[in-house]
Amino acid sequence: MAPDLENSEILPEKKALISKKIDSFFTDIYNVYKFIALFFKELFSRPFEWKEVINQCYQVGYKSLALVSLTGFITGVVFTKQSRPSLSTFGASSWLPSLVSIAIIRALAPLVTALIAAGKVGSNMGAELGSMKVTEQIDAMEVSATNPFKFLVVTRILAITFMMPVLILYTGFIGMMGSYLNVHANELTSLTAYFKSAFATISFLDIFSSIFKATMYGFTIGVAGCYQGYHAQNGTQGVGKAANTAVVLSMFLIFVEELVIVQVVNAIR
Amino acid sequence: MDTKDIYTEAKRPVISIRDLKKSFGTLTVLNGIDIDILKGENIAVLGKSGSGKSVLIKIISGLLKPDSGIVKVLGQEVDKITAAELQQLRLKIGFSFQNSALYDSMSVKENLAFPLVRNKRDLSIKEVNDAIEEVLNEVGLSQTINQMPSELSGGQKKRIGIARTLILKPEIMLYDEPTSGLDPMTSIEINNLINKVKQQYNTSSIIITHDLTCAKQTADRVTMLLNGKFLPPGKFEDVFNTQDQSLRTFYDYNFINSK
Repeated sequence: MAPDLENSEILPEKKALISKKIDSFFTDIYNVYKFIALFFKELFSRPFEWKEVINQCYQVGYKSLALVSLTGFITGVVFTKQSRPSLSTFGASSWLPSLVSIAIIRALAPLVTALIAAGKVGSNMGAELGSMKVTEQIDAMEVSATNPFKFLVVTRILAITFMMPVLILYTGFIGMMGSYLNVHANELTSLTAYFKSAFATISFLDIFSSIFKATMYGFTIGVAGCYQGYHAQNGTQGVGKAANTAVVLSMFLIFVEELVIVQVVNAIR
Repeated sequence: MDTKDIYTEAKRPVISIRDLKKSFGTLTVLNGIDIDILKGENIAVLGKSGSGKSVLIKIISGLLKPDSGIVKVLGQEVDKITAAELQQLRLKIGFSFQNSALYDSMSVKENLAFPLVRNKRDLSIKEVNDAIEEVLNEVGLSQTINQMPSELSGGQKKRIGIARTLILKPEIMLYDEPTSGLDPMTSIEINNLINKVKQQYNTSSIIITHDLTCAKQTADRVTMLLNGKFLPPGKFEDVFNTQDQSLRTFYDYNFINSK
């Protein structure tokens, strides 16, 4: 049989392409490692940009409140409505507050808030820093003797890392309120009785693991958004790509972290 | 100070470049550059787009690293000094970007205050406001103080960009295409501003441009970057009094209407 000349010519090209992609993947991982190492180095070196950290906390925290309130409330209402028929079948409607509180505190509040933050805050960081990068604003900051990494990156990562636990606890509370309104509409349960029943099954480990997850998610969103924006290239197209990649990467990593943390917490429990 | 000292001071190069080389991949943009810029001197660097003019001033300001060669600014080798030393050196270097690079989320006032409050943290609010007012008066744009960059014209952005560098009272100014994209009248205003900055702040400047009018009006010496090397610098008239085809083409294109 005659050798397939066409394929034999394409094969080295494909090999080179695969090799280039693998090379690029490991280079990216190394660059992210360097980026995180630089973050910790700059975090503990003077001068501290506290004013900008507070400004960023306002930007990522306060300005996300409306969105997370709405999504948290809807999550609580919908989850309660969906769970009621199944529990009623077994005559276990009284377990509804406990079920909802476990679901919201352990999983729904952290995940929903983190995904909302990845979409809103992560894309904003990617686009804002990307735009500053391609219009030379970051260079302008550097030549005016200001450390742009400290001023733009460290402050943003710190702000989202601080604010995520706050947002997640807030979303949990709003979700529980949504659930209570639904329960109250059906069973005329009082607020005190509802929360007493709801918190009967919640342990310190549940709250602690949620706060820990929130901190991890916040750091992940901050690093992904800032890294993509800070390294944006190729004009407006690069800005769009930076924002998009920041969101997709954050969401993917959030799910991976959720999987790992759940395993660890369950092992401890 | 005796006469000898004054002479030495006047001839002291503030920027000294020797055998500077820089490549991007296989593309060599600077291939052995040598030049001295003296104190109080404006030098215009001409050249085609993509010839490496902007790369040169980015290396001088420490934004890019050279592949080889020596770049001394105010006696310090920019690629050899520590980050802290480079930050101190940058306080003495003003960089006017081609697209102004104003911080678009900040007002004109905040843009001007930014480098000042970050580098001179002991200044009072009144001192900062006075400094802002002073540089805005210098560039003739006091009325824009509360405007956002998006509300400014191209010429105004350039002038605010220059004002932002002047607020730190630099010894060296690096202008990257200061008149690109501007109409002739605004270009002349920018040229006059470059001359005013030189006189008032006693700066030494490198003006990257392909606008010969700008070079003629602002530069004490002119040089051209061709194939990664400088042509011998000299006075504008001397440099262009030549039959060299590259220079003639450049000259004829810019002054075609005056022929």
